[in-house]
Amino acid sequence: MALETIIGGVMVASLVLYALLGGADYGGGVWDLFAFGRRARDQRALIADAIGPVWEANHVWLILVIVILFTAFPPAFSVIATALHIPITLLLIGIVLRGTAFTFRSYDVQRRWSLVFSIASIITPILLGVILGAIASGTIRVENGAVTSGFFNSWLAPFPFAVGFFALALFAFLAAVYLTVEAEPGDLQEDFRLRALIAGVAVGVLALTVFILAGTGAPTVRAGISRTWWALGLHLLTAIFAVGAFLTLWTRRYKLARVCAAAQVTLILLGWAFAQYPNLVEPDLSITSAAAPTITLQLLLAALAAGALLLFPSYYYLLRVFKAE
Amino acid sequence: MEDLLAARSQMAMSLAFHIIFAAIGIAMPLLMIIAEWRWLRTKDGIYLTLAQRWAKGTAILFAVGAVSGTVLSFELGLLWPGFMGFAGSIIGMPFSLEGFAFFTEAIFLGIYLYGWKRVPPRAHLFAGAMVALSGALSGIFVVIANAWMNAPTGFRLVDGKPVDIDPIAAMMNPAALPQTLHMTLAAYAATGFVVAGIHAFMLRREPDNRFHRAALAIALLVGGVSAILQPLSGDLLAKRVAKTQPVKLAAFEGHFETEQGAAYRIGGIPDEQARETRYAIELPYVLSILAYGDPNAVVKGLNDFPADTHPPVAIVHIAFQIMVACGVAMMLLALWAAWRYWRGRRKQTWLDSKWFLRAIIASAPLGFIAIETGWTVTEVGRQPWIIYGVMRTSEAVTPMPGLIVPFLTFTVLYIFLAVITVFLLLRQVAASPKDPEPQPEEAHVGA
Repeated sequence: MALETIIGGVMVASLVLYALLGGADYGGGVWDLFAFGRRARDQRALIADAIGPVWEANHVWLILVIVILFTAFPPAFSVIATALHIPITLLLIGIVLRGTAFTFRSYDVQRRWSLVFSIASIITPILLGVILGAIASGTIRVENGAVTSGFFNSWLAPFPFAVGFFALALFAFLAAVYLTVEAEPGDLQEDFRLRALIAGVAVGVLALTVFILAGTGAPTVRAGISRTWWALGLHLLTAIFAVGAFLTLWTRRYKLARVCAAAQVTLILLGWAFAQYPNLVEPDLSITSAAAPTITLQLLLAALAAGALLLFPSYYYLLRVFKAE
Repeated sequence: MEDLLAARSQMAMSLAFHIIFAAIGIAMPLLMIIAEWRWLRTKDGIYLTLAQRWAKGTAILFAVGAVSGTVLSFELGLLWPGFMGFAGSIIGMPFSLEGFAFFTEAIFLGIYLYGWKRVPPRAHLFAGAMVALSGALSGIFVVIANAWMNAPTGFRLVDGKPVDIDPIAAMMNPAALPQTLHMTLAAYAATGFVVAGIHAFMLRREPDNRFHRAALAIALLVGGVSAILQPLSGDLLAKRVAKTQPVKLAAFEGHFETEQGAAYRIGGIPDEQARETRYAIELPYVLSILAYGDPNAVVKGLNDFPADTHPPVAIVHIAFQIMVACGVAMMLLALWAAWRYWRGRRKQTWLDSKWFLRAIIASAPLGFIAIETGWTVTEVGRQPWIIYGVMRTSEAVTPMPGLIVPFLTFTVLYIFLAVITVFLLLRQVAASPKDPEPQPEEAHVGA
C-alpha cells in the first residue's frame, strides 16, 4: 500500500476517534442544554463528571488530524483553509467558547457558563459537519494550487448543512448512549435511554436527508456510496449496528448499545472516507497529488507509530482510571 | 486596514495571548510536582494543599491555553496558506511531535487534576511529572518550527519550490537549540516570578502564613535559577542571530552604520528617516564582543543591507531593550534572593524583609513583559520575511478579503477571556489557606 494511503488512513482513524470521543463530549453539551425535569441537576452533574477528566485529551484527536493534514498533504490544508476560511473561523470560536466555558463553570456557579458551554457544543459540531460536507461536495475547485471557487460557494449550501445537523445528531446520540453506561441504574439511566432513542431516530432521519441531498450536493461521493460493490456490504453492516443499537437500548443492555453506537458511527465515517477515496478535496486534490515528498511521509509514519506506542497505553490508563465502572 | 496587516495583527494577537498560557502550562506543573514531592518526603500537609491549590489555579489556564493553541494550529492555514503549502512538508514534523507531546500532556493532566483520590500518590506524582515533561517538550517542538523560519534548512530551492527535503535537517536548524533554550528558561523564569509575586503579596498581608512561605520558596527557586541562567542562553541566541540573520541583529541594536569595534546601545530611539539611533548610552566595543567575541569585529549596519529587507527598526530595537532590561532586573533580584537565602537559611528568616518582598511583588510581571517583547523582537525582526530569505510574509497571506473582521472578532473574544480568567484567578488567590486544609484529598477540581 502506498505511504500516502496509509497516512490518509491514520488521518481518517484519528477523525473517527475524535468523533467517538470528542464528539461525545459535544453531545454531552447538547444534553446539558436539554436537561429538564426534577433530575435536571443530576443530569448535568453526570455529564460534567463524564467529560471533565477526558475532554482535553479527547480534543487532541482533532489537532492530530490537522497536523497530519498539513504535514502529509500541505496543499490540501492550504486549499481547505482558504476555501473554508469562514466556517473554520466560526468553528474555532465555538471550540474556544466550549472549552473555556466548561472550565469556567467549575469556578463559577453561575448558570450562564453552562449556557455558553451547551450552545457552543451545539454550534461547533454543526460547523464541523459543514466543513466535512463542503470538502466532500466537489464544489471546492482548485487551479494551479489556488482556490477558484470563492469563499462562500462550497459551504453555503443545503448539503453541507445537512451533514452539519447529521454530525450534531450523531454526537448527541453517542453521548446519550455512553451516559446510559455511566449513570447509576435508575431514573437517571432511564433519562438518557430515552434521549438516546430520540437521538437515534434523528440520526436515521438526517442520514436519509443527507443521502437525498447528496444527489445534487455531492454527486461523486454519493455515487461512491451507492453503486460500488463494497458500499452495499458497508451499508448492510452499518444498518445492522444501527438496529442493534436500538434493540440493545430498548432491552437496556447498555454496554452492548455503546459498542453498537460506536461501531455505527465508525462505519458511517469509513463509508464516507471510502466513497471519497482517493480524493482528499473533491474533485481536484487526491491523496497522491497533494502528498508531501516520500521522506516526509516516512518520517511522519515513524513518528505516528512511535507516538501511538506512547499514546495508547497512556490513553488506556486515563480511561481505565475514570471510566472503569 | 490592509488585509496583510490585519492577518499579521491577528497572528500577533493570537500568539501574544497564547504564549502567556503556554508558558504557564510549561512551568506550573514543575512547581506543582516540587510541592507534591515535598509533601511525599516531609508528610507536611501544607505542601499537599499547595500542590492542590496550584493545580486548581492552573486548570483554568490550561483550558484557555489548549483552545488558544488549537486556534493557532488552524490559523497557520487560515492566514498563511502560502506558507503552509510551501513549508508543511518540511516543518510539519515538529508540529506532529508537538501533537503527541500535547496529547501526553492532556492525558496526564486529566489524571493529575481529577485523580487525587483515584490513583496512588506515587502514580499521581508521576502523572504530574509527565505533564511537566510533555509540556516542556511541546513548547520545544513549536519553537523548533519557529527557529526554522529564522534559519531555514533542510531543502533546496529550485524554481521557487522546495526540493531535496530533509525534515530532520530542518529540525536541526542552527537557531533551534538557542531558541528553545531561551524560551524554555523564559517560561520557568516568568511563571516563577509571577507566582512568587502573588505569594509575596499575600505574605505581606499575613507575615506568618506558612503556606505562602512554602509557595514563595518553590516559586523563587524555579524562577530564580532560570533567571540567572537566562542571560547565558540569550548570549548564545544573539551570537546565532549575528551569524544567520545579521540584518536582524542590526535592528536589535538600531545599528545603521557598519562599524569595526561596534558599540552596544542601552536605550535610544532609532530614527529610520535620519538613519541613526539617538539618545542611547553607547558602550564601545561591547556589541562586537557580544556578537562575535572579538572587540574589533565588524558589525554590519542596516545601511549595508537592501532597504527592502529591513525590519521595522524602531519597534524591534525598543522591544529588545525592554526585554533585556527585564531580564537583567530579574537576574539581579534572583541573585539577591540567593544571597538572602544563603545568609538566612538557618533561622528561616530569609523571607522576612519588607523591601525584599516588595521587590518581588514589583517584579512579578517582568518575565511576561520580557516574553512578549522578546517574541516581538524575533517576529517583527524577521520581517519582511515569513521564512527568512526564502518567502516574504506578503507572499504567504491568504487571498481572503476582509480579514479585519476575524482579527477584531478574536481580539474581542480574547479580551473577554482574559478578563474572566483574571477575575476567576483573583478570587482563587484571595482565599488563602493557613494550615493544611481539613480534607486534603477533597480537591476535586471539576464539577
